[in-house]
Amino acid sequence: MIEMKSVSKWYGTTQVLNDCSVKINKGEVVVVCGPSGSGKSTLIKTINALEPIQKGEIWIDGVAVHDKATDLPKLRSRVGMVFQHFELFPHLSVTDNLIIAQIKVLGRRRDEAKKRGLQMLERVGLIDHQHKFPGQLSGGQQQRVAIARALSMDPIIMLFDEPTSALDPEMVGEVLDVMVGLASEGMTMMVVTHEMGFARKVSNRVIFMDVGGRILEDTTKDEFFGKIEDRQPRTREFLNKILQY
Amino acid sequence: MAYWQNVWDRWQFLWDDRGDGVTYFQWMLSAWGYTVAVAATSLVIALVFGIVIGTLRTLSGHRVISAFAAGWVELFRNIPILVQLFIWFFVISELVPGMRSVPGFVLACCALGFFTSARIAEQIRAGIQALPTGQRNAAYAVGFTQFQTYRYVILPQTFRIIIPPLTSEAMNIVKNSSVAFAVSIPELISFAMQTQEETSRGVEVYLAATVLYAVTALVVNRVMAFMERRMRIPGLTVQTQGAH
Repeated sequence: MIEMKSVSKWYGTTQVLNDCSVKINKGEVVVVCGPSGSGKSTLIKTINALEPIQKGEIWIDGVAVHDKATDLPKLRSRVGMVFQHFELFPHLSVTDNLIIAQIKVLGRRRDEAKKRGLQMLERVGLIDHQHKFPGQLSGGQQQRVAIARALSMDPIIMLFDEPTSALDPEMVGEVLDVMVGLASEGMTMMVVTHEMGFARKVSNRVIFMDVGGRILEDTTKDEFFGKIEDRQPRTREFLNKILQY
Repeated sequence: MAYWQNVWDRWQFLWDDRGDGVTYFQWMLSAWGYTVAVAATSLVIALVFGIVIGTLRTLSGHRVISAFAAGWVELFRNIPILVQLFIWFFVISELVPGMRSVPGFVLACCALGFFTSARIAEQIRAGIQALPTGQRNAAYAVGFTQFQTYRYVILPQTFRIIIPPLTSEAMNIVKNSSVAFAVSIPELISFAMQTQEETSRGVEVYLAATVLYAVTALVVNRVMAFMERRMRIPGLTVQTQGAH
């Protein structure tokens, strides 16, 4: 479904992704973790070309993301993305947030788009808030609307870029619940997160990145959490720190 | 009592015939109409060009386009408005073929409109750059093209941000329209100067012009404040009352 081959990226002379190769199959849930500045967010943003790459190849469902000739808007419309800071469109109501891209990008009729959007809003448990504006919702609710917005486009994969990092602890659960539900339905997901509980519960694989944008580990969940002594020293250090509390 | 009678009498010249069947009062209203027409037309020109140029300045990766937009802004804001007006009238209309037949009213509106467009362009640019980059990313992520991103996500938010400075700009254009007297547009200052000469009622004439400018600016201010309230996004910002 997604394949990254030897992807490298520089900001000026600073290398932020170093020869990263990842393969995600249909229905897989892959968690990406690692310390700040390790390039996790950059990695996930290269997949729908929000961040350009200088070297390597990225393929989504047979389409070459790295190819200049690729119709990026069309490609991105098939890839759902959820951001750390939600990024709902604040000047549009919840309903309009859900339908605008369906109408303008996918060319759906308004009633059709609204039906699909409200289905997804129902799914994240916020159907009562359809007439509100994003600024009138809590962070957790905004993030659930953002997930519904991405799902309304019927994506083939969902990318999550630290979806719970900006939330109050109490609201993390409601967002993770939605994500667990998606995973259990077989949605292909790539999730950058520090929520190790989520990784343990639903992920198939865990990728660990370290500073400099290098992928240190790419293993199954059971292996990653099961035998800590088999991990690389840097991974052990990271896991020991974050699992301590 | 005699004092107030005197004050009253001093304003009676307004009903005098100017000599061509038009009273000074009618002339004043017509001059006010010119002021409003020059200001309104210039504002439309300023908004259209300001929005386009301000947007072009924010396009990354288009060297030539953003250099052109930057050049536009510098050209029209680095030259005094009066000089620009004279250049339209005495240079451009002489040198550019076909411009000689363009009415003075249009030339004055071009001068004022382009001058103000440079200022509005800068406000638009500042407004666009004030938005978090996440909004742009989110728009691209749902599949919007660059044009759609600006049309549906960036610009609607930018307009709300820049309504207060845009209010000032709209009021400025009313006041700046007074320079049009210098090229014989029969607007308020033109009326005031000529009437002063013909009737020697300088105090009354300039007081009247002052009040009409103030009223016009106030109306513009109220209209903009109304728009600001109408466009308010529920739950988004703590709004201050009215415009500034």
